[in-house]
This record gives sequence, structure tokens and C-alpha cells, in this order.
Amino acid sequence: MQHLFGTVINVTLIATKDLTVKYGQNIVLKNISLEVQAGEIVTIVGPNGSGKTSLVKTIIGALTPDSGSLHIKKNLRIGYVPQRLNIDHTLPMTVQRFLNLTQVLDNQQCLDALDVAGAPGLLNAQMSNLSGGQFQKVLLARALQGEPEILIMDEATQSLDQAGSADFYKQIETVRDKKGCAVLMISHELHVVMSASDKVICLNGHICCSGAPEAVAIMPEYHNLFGTGTDGTLALYRHNHDHRHDEHVHSAEETP
Amino acid sequence: MLPDFLIRATIAGLGVAIIAAPLGCFVVWRRMAYFGEATAHAALLGIALSLAIEMPIFTGTLLAALLMAFTVSQLSGRGLASDTLLGVSAHAGLALGLVVASFLSGVRIDLMAYLFGDILAVSINDLYTIWIGAIFVLLLVYWRWSPMLVSTLNEELAYSNGINPKREKLILTVALAITVAVSIKVVGLLLISALLIIPAAAARNISSTPEFMVIGTAVVGIVSAITGLQFSYFFNTPPGPSIVCVSLTFFLILSTKKLWTIGH
Repeated sequence: MQHLFGTVINVTLIATKDLTVKYGQNIVLKNISLEVQAGEIVTIVGPNGSGKTSLVKTIIGALTPDSGSLHIKKNLRIGYVPQRLNIDHTLPMTVQRFLNLTQVLDNQQCLDALDVAGAPGLLNAQMSNLSGGQFQKVLLARALQGEPEILIMDEATQSLDQAGSADFYKQIETVRDKKGCAVLMISHELHVVMSASDKVICLNGHICCSGAPEAVAIMPEYHNLFGTGTDGTLALYRHNHDHRHDEHVHSAEETP
Repeated sequence: MLPDFLIRATIAGLGVAIIAAPLGCFVVWRRMAYFGEATAHAALLGIALSLAIEMPIFTGTLLAALLMAFTVSQLSGRGLASDTLLGVSAHAGLALGLVVASFLSGVRIDLMAYLFGDILAVSINDLYTIWIGAIFVLLLVYWRWSPMLVSTLNEELAYSNGINPKREKLILTVALAITVAVSIKVVGLLLISALLIIPAAAARNISSTPEFMVIGTAVVGIVSAITGLQFSYFFNTPPGPSIVCVSLTFFLILSTKKLWTIGH
């Protein structure tokens, strides 16, 4: 349950039950049961090949589950930020045209969208001329249009450096607080991501463990999956969510 | 005053230039150049078969092109690399077509006309076929423009917006087969790919958005068709290749201009 804008929201956006997905004979996801509620930030972590991307593909409808149930809220507005988006060099595309890809925005809306995503002044640039970070922010700006109920991001910070991705996640949290949309993200950058999440799901073909970030961080299943070596660097900053606490302070501090 | 056959040829050329613009852009963006070639080569088999069973040539070429397109899209990603698969299919279509054609007794088939086009011999009926095909394809592309564009950019992005990229690819394949079938008379099956790709590649140099590129491609195609036909009439050169050469000139000029602009 989330308290957002003074009202209690408890709408399930995505619910899976015993979801199993195969590639040919290979079982990539086994008995996945999870829920994403409105306004919630859910992070999926897991090693390479653990089925993270397959899970996201199944949720957006690009893969068909072999068994189990997948329930998506009717007419769910999804803002999707893909892992990588290669715009072929032969396809000319300005940032403005890209923002208008699946909806019609006027000039001012495009400018606002870029401001919110932290990429002002790029309106007339060609997509193929953007740096990795700029490109990612434009992807985010596009995904945020049309009042999405959920942002789905697949390793959205892959092309960013450490500082850049910490910055990006702060941006996500700001956006969530401003717009009230849920966030479902995949990441391997545990230390940066975890503290910003309401729920962490540890994936390795099946769900190893899940729960609040603080709880997951000390679970043995989690350490089996990622080793204990990350202890020292875990949770670079801890975030005080203003919907959980009365104080409206965003602070970052080191935790052991 | 221009002779009637040249006027008919020009009208045919314009139809093909217009239909080839959006399709050519998609072929370039999706890296389907070889796919277009395979579809065009299969059309020769369709021509031979339609002469054998006395079916209209347009129907035969359309069916063969569709069959080839579907076979290739079904087989791709199952074992053979897709360029190998396309190479096999394209040349199999061409070879089989030539062999089947040689068995046809009593029918003299003018191979050169099908391989290199016979635009100066288009009849009024051919014009109807070309323009009905062109208008149909244009309406189809106009209707599916946004979903096809999103699917071309990224399949997951399409899915997340409720678009089925497989369906859009299918529609594109059908549109491409129709384009091939109506273009054979104009440039011949060996040069259809050129007509699809060269104007689009030329227009890429001066376009900032996908839509501008389609318009630019249409303009290059139309001017190439008109100029190429005039050139062919006055210098007695083959018309199809002349059209392709004019669009090649556009490509060279616009690419050089772009390189020059980047360099300075």
C-alpha cells in the first residue's frame, strides 16, 4: 500500500503467478510469482542469463508464457526504456520526432519532457549524434510522455558511468514522486539501485528471494547469488522516501 | 509533342517512383536490400509459371514474390545465416524461372523484357495495374505508418505500446511483393532493388526525419524517372537502366555534398 498525494492507492498493475517461460527446450523462467502495485519501485536483480530480460519481455507481451498466469491491468499505460536502442544510421531521427513516436506532442510539451528527464536543449539534435547519457535521458523523456502508469526499464544505465547512473536513478525517483507512476527496473548495479527501491526481487531463473532492500541485502540466498564481496560497497546511499517518513529530506549517507 | 508511348512510359515511371519511395526507405532502414532482391528474382519463376498455365502475369509475379517473401521470413533464424539463405533463394528463383521458361513450347518469352524492363511498351492496362497497385500500397503504408516505424526502430518498444511488430513486418512484406510485381514492367527484375535503394540512399543525405526522407526519396525517384526516360529517348539508351543511372547521379551528388558539409 502506498500513500501518494494524500490518498491510499492499492491497484495491482502487474501480477504473475507461477509464470514459466521457455526458449525451445530451455526453461528461462520458472514459477515466477510477483506483483507490482501502483506507485511502487520494484527492482529485479540477477546475474547474466538469469532471465531478467525475458521477464520484462514477457510482461510487455514480446514473449508468450508457457504456463502460469500473467495479469496486466487493462489498458495499462507503459513507459518502456529499452536496454539498448540502435537507431540505424540510415534512419534520420531528430529528438523531437523521436519523442512524438507514439503520441502527438507540441513543441512546448517536448521541451518540458526533456527538462524533466534532465536533457534540455536537445530538441533538434539527431538521435545518432547523442552521447550515451543523453540518449538514455531522451529514451526516458519519451517513456514519461502520455502519463505512464508504470515505467519499465531494462538495464537502463548500461551505457552510463557510476556517477551518471547514480544521477539517473535519482532522476527516476524524482519522476516517480512527481508523477506517481510505478517503476519496474532491471539492474545489476545493486549498490546504487537497491536503496531507491520499495521491493527487490532476486532472480536466477526462479525467484531466489525478495523483499525490502534492507532485508534482501542480508539474506543468504542473495549472498549466494552475488557473493559476499559486495558487502563493503553495498548501498552507496540510503534514501529517505518522503512518502514513508514525515521529513521531506533527501539525504545520502554511507551505510556499512 | 511527345509520342504516346513515351507519355505512357512516364506515367508508369511516376507510379513506380512514388510506390518505391516509402518501401525503399523501409528496405534501407531495416537492411532488407537482399530480401527485396530475392523477392524480385522469385518473380521470374512467377512469370514463367503464369505463362505456362495462362494466368495473368501480374498475378503470377505477385504470388511468387509473396511465396518467396514468406518462405524467407519463416526460415530465417533457423540454422542458415540469413544472407546465405537469401542468396540461395534469390538465385534459386532466378535459375528455376529460366529453366521453367525454356520448357514453354509455343510461347516466345522475351526474357530481356522481364530482366531489364520494357517501359516503352506499357499498355493502358499496365498503367491501371501499376497505379491501382501503387495507390493500394500507399494507402496501406499511410494507414500503418506509425506502427511500422516503431517496429522498425525497436521490437520491444513496439510491444510495450501494444503494437505487434510481427504483424507490421507481414504487412510490409505484402507491400514489398506488390511493389515488385508492379515494377517489373518498368525496370525489370534485375534492377528493382536499385530503384528501391538508390533514391532512398540519396535522400538520406538531406533528411532530418523519416517522413522527410520518404518525400525526398519520392522526389529523387520522380525526377529520375522523367529525366531517365527523356535521356533514353534522345540517346537511344535502354530506359530502365537510364532511370537507375540518373538516380545514381543524385546519390553521388547528394553524398558528396554531405561529405563536403561535414568536412567544413
